Amino acid sequence: MNITAFVIVSIIKTVLALFVLLTAVAYTVWLERKVVGHMQNRWGPTRVGPFGLLQPLADGVKFLFKEDLTPPHVYKPLYIAAPMIAVVFALTSIAVVPFGNWVKIDGLHIPLQITDVNIGLLIILGVTSLGVYGVALAGWSSNSKYSLLGGLRASAQMISYEISLGLSLVGVLMLAGSLSLRDIVDAQSGLFWGFIPKWNIFYGGQFVAFFIYLMSAYAETNRIPFDLPEAETELVAGYHTEYSAMKFAMFFMAEYANMITVAAVASLLFLGGWHGPVFGPPLVRALLPVFWFALRIFGFLFVYIWVRGTLPRFRYDQLMAFGWKFLLPLAIANLVITAFIVAIRA
Amino acid sequence: MLHLILFLAFGAVCVAGAINLLVQRHPINGALSLVAVMGSLAVEYLLLGAEFVAAVQVIVYAGAIMVLFVFVIMLLNAGVEEQTKGSRVALLFGVPGMLLGSILIGWVLLAKGGDASVPVGAMPGAPKVIGWLLFHDFLLPFEVTSILVLIAIMGAVVLASHPDADQGKKES
Repeated sequence: MNITAFVIVSIIKTVLALFVLLTAVAYTVWLERKVVGHMQNRWGPTRVGPFGLLQPLADGVKFLFKEDLTPPHVYKPLYIAAPMIAVVFALTSIAVVPFGNWVKIDGLHIPLQITDVNIGLLIILGVTSLGVYGVALAGWSSNSKYSLLGGLRASAQMISYEISLGLSLVGVLMLAGSLSLRDIVDAQSGLFWGFIPKWNIFYGGQFVAFFIYLMSAYAETNRIPFDLPEAETELVAGYHTEYSAMKFAMFFMAEYANMITVAAVASLLFLGGWHGPVFGPPLVRALLPVFWFALRIFGFLFVYIWVRGTLPRFRYDQLMAFGWKFLLPLAIANLVITAFIVAIRA
Repeated sequence: MLHLILFLAFGAVCVAGAINLLVQRHPINGALSLVAVMGSLAVEYLLLGAEFVAAVQVIVYAGAIMVLFVFVIMLLNAGVEEQTKGSRVALLFGVPGMLLGSILIGWVLLAKGGDASVPVGAMPGAPKVIGWLLFHDFLLPFEVTSILVLIAIMGAVVLASHPDADQGKKES
């Protein structure tokens, strides 16, 4: 591939991935309102468009045209920078997520991924670990006690759960022997015993790791039951109490984009990525893996919403005890056992 | 050529961040300048082909240690630092000492290393190579370091615990 074709293809892929991600973010909000509504015996949004499908557009217009208030007591440079930091890091991690196999267009072999790097997973971990600055700085620069408490809770919680999150992924890395997300997915192709797919959650025995990852991911994205940084009953709205209009919407976008990234990583690492039955004419063959991958992400997002509709919020000491005294030892035990399995197989 | 431009640009960001760290009077701005320094250092590692070290630099330093710094600054709600007129000892010994040190380092680098720079990608960068070096060639230093870290953790636990409060619990 020459350099011009590479640049053009990269730009097209980036624009497409960002467009799909942002649309998915908007419609995840719609899905959440709709599903939680039905779970609570309500209708959710119904007024704007059929089934309220145009609600995200109406929300977007509203966010753009609302008055952008800046309270007089904030520390301005960081107050303005914080939502940008949050949203930038949330959107960056999509760059290394592969969403399908290779496609061949006009003699060009194009990977369905913005960029394939051999430390893809580490980049995602690094970028998401920087995302905490957005929340922490928003809490601090708002100069209000609710925001500060929310920011403190968020940083303490995210640092605590990042450890078990990282450790739960190491088992998968040992099985695949690579940090490249594409290699990890390729290692999960095929079947064993004739009918069970070789996904890490079944074949590698990473069942426990999968649940550790899932729970830590809920905590990392500040979702119920771990949404103490924005606990409405105690902290008004937590770290984004003092934000309005588009700045508030940026935190919202960051949270939902992070949810999607976390769901994508879970699908790639534990559920075989884009593997699934592939059939039909060439175009369908090319697009089916992407569809299977999107279906997995949708499943994760639905579970997120389901959990939100089901569980109450943890108390703060319960949150810390659960992270440090239960998830972390469990993740270490899983790591040691997986290491033994890998050593015996080798 | 592009590599050299990027290397110089991020080197400049790194130095600017370090100077900003000293100039800024508010602790949180200082901490954020340090994050910028670490981020640009990570890019420099990446440009040298050490992608694993770059990723670890971001995850460990920028993503964990500096977050804790910011956390503590937020927790203590540290205000603007007071500035003294500066100590005379620092002026008399510090500045000449720093100049002497940098001249010494520069001289050693130029005299011993020659002017041939390391080609891009020549350093061990892949995770497998790093792992082999860490757990095979440098196993003893690695384990000694881990014991050092363990001692530091134990020290932190001792400092953070309140022995008086524990005794009070036992008596009651």
